[in-house]
Amino acid sequence: MSEKKTPRPEASGIIGGATTSVALFQDRSVDLSVDLAGVVLKNPVVVASGTFGFGREYGQFFDLSELGGICCKGLTLHPREGNPPPRIAETPLGMLNSVGLQNPGVDAFIRDELPFLRQHDVTVIANISGNTPEEYGVMCEKLSEAGVDMIEVNISCPNVKAGGLAYGTRPDLAAEVTQKAKKRATVPVMVKLSPNVTDITEIARAAADGGADALSLINTLRGMRIDVNSRRPILKMNTGGLSGPAVLPVAVRMVWEVANAVKLPIIGMGGVSTGEDAAQFLLAGASAVAVGTALFADPFAPLKVRDELAAIAARQGLSAVRELTGGVQPW
Amino acid sequence: MPIQQICTVASMTQLDASTWWMVLEVGKLVEQHGLTGGQFIHIKCGDDQLLRRPISVAIAGWDEPADLATLIFEVRGEGTRWLSQCKEGDKLDVLGPLGNSFDVSREGHYLLVGGGIGVPPLITCGEWLKWPRTAVLGFRTKDKAFPSVVSRFEEHCEKTCLCTDDGTLGRHGFVDGQVRDLLEQDKSFTQILACGPKPMLKSVAAVAAEFGVPCQVSMEERMACGVGACLGCALRMKDGSMKHVCKDGPVFNAEEVDWDV
Repeated sequence: MSEKKTPRPEASGIIGGATTSVALFQDRSVDLSVDLAGVVLKNPVVVASGTFGFGREYGQFFDLSELGGICCKGLTLHPREGNPPPRIAETPLGMLNSVGLQNPGVDAFIRDELPFLRQHDVTVIANISGNTPEEYGVMCEKLSEAGVDMIEVNISCPNVKAGGLAYGTRPDLAAEVTQKAKKRATVPVMVKLSPNVTDITEIARAAADGGADALSLINTLRGMRIDVNSRRPILKMNTGGLSGPAVLPVAVRMVWEVANAVKLPIIGMGGVSTGEDAAQFLLAGASAVAVGTALFADPFAPLKVRDELAAIAARQGLSAVRELTGGVQPW
Repeated sequence: MPIQQICTVASMTQLDASTWWMVLEVGKLVEQHGLTGGQFIHIKCGDDQLLRRPISVAIAGWDEPADLATLIFEVRGEGTRWLSQCKEGDKLDVLGPLGNSFDVSREGHYLLVGGGIGVPPLITCGEWLKWPRTAVLGFRTKDKAFPSVVSRFEEHCEKTCLCTDDGTLGRHGFVDGQVRDLLEQDKSFTQILACGPKPMLKSVAAVAAEFGVPCQVSMEERMACGVGACLGCALRMKDGSMKHVCKDGPVFNAEEVDWDV
């Protein structure tokens, strides 16, 4: 945290340029900060793992310090090349991906990417996937020592054959991975849940029992798209993870269920592209939201979501956005 | 560095049932941000398409008007269909400049090889290069060899060879046969620049390797973010590593690409 510097001037120059359509309006009367297991986010909008790399690309469009937090691209203990292409298929109001955890490995992240992220005043959340519960522990230790603010444990990547999904669909394994991660992490651990289960509250409870400090949900839903002429799936891996507005109602429902089942803070995600989407997640019980796929349509989406959310809170006469959390009034 | 820019459609010309010539007013994208032919811009195609569409820039920079860029695109799906329905004066939400372009200098003897809708991204290279160059342009059939496109090469290249798959214009057959003949006749080519469908690029790369002539290829892959963040548009290299068409490309050295996947 000691290396924080003033953001690069060219980044803030771009955001103020007449060529961009981002509205920099923020209603200062509303307190946007939220507390996530002791980590204070300056606003409740983070960017979702896997959609933002390590910040360099979208950092060309806006100052990363504007974000509540950055969930970094998923890391593994060793570098991974990921899945063969095609990895992307567009679907009605959504998209499938099968990137397959391509990443440079945890050590390269700490050496090459974390110092860059630390130049910005933004909460850095590392996202990790392991082949064994022990690997989660090793990565947690390395990343805690390197000084990330929080670790998001991915037990739910649908694109990797080893580990991944199994940890996310079996309560005993989810608990074990969480315990192993917690044991060696010195920063808060957040467990990212898969929606590809019958009852997501089972896994949420298992992660809570394993000592998780927070939960994030949902990861992508498994899906498939077929080219009817070639009779081939579009994705080389045949199936992939569905994200985008199409999954929003499923994600809101799952956040609501999990919020009712466990007492942990939640980052809600899945199809957020407007402030109203974000407000739905907060009302369902989330403390913060992640914006992911919406970035691909609009690099400024997270900032727009933040400002629209602030405007909604102001309209409702709230002094802080966190007052929305859990405020749904079910019939 | 890419920016988001609201561009105005300056003109739309239909070349045939599925192909369009679109001129965009691109603000300072060329002058300040260096947009040039062979790069791409990422266009939001209406509210119904979640993802932007990456469209190659055919003509920009060099001695063109500094505030204009030309796109020549084919309707392939809903996104490009939406784009084809744009009218003069419509506003487009654009990210750019994105990707690299052909790495060219004014020295050397260039062989430009284009196939189908891969021909237009070579126009700027063909016109900018001062040194002698030859163009081999392949099309499915005569009707697809648009005179407005072909003439740009005929005006600026020493020699322009046309090929069609069905023999209705120029040489009957694919471009790689013509490329082979040219490389056999003339040993002075120092570089091949190729853009077109992947099977064409693969066969041109093979001929180039056989004659020991360096070859740059412009590749395509399904893309989401367009800026290098999502790692969607992966392309496998010979050494087993993955590169990304949007950030590392679209132009790659042919010998680095794994053509067998």
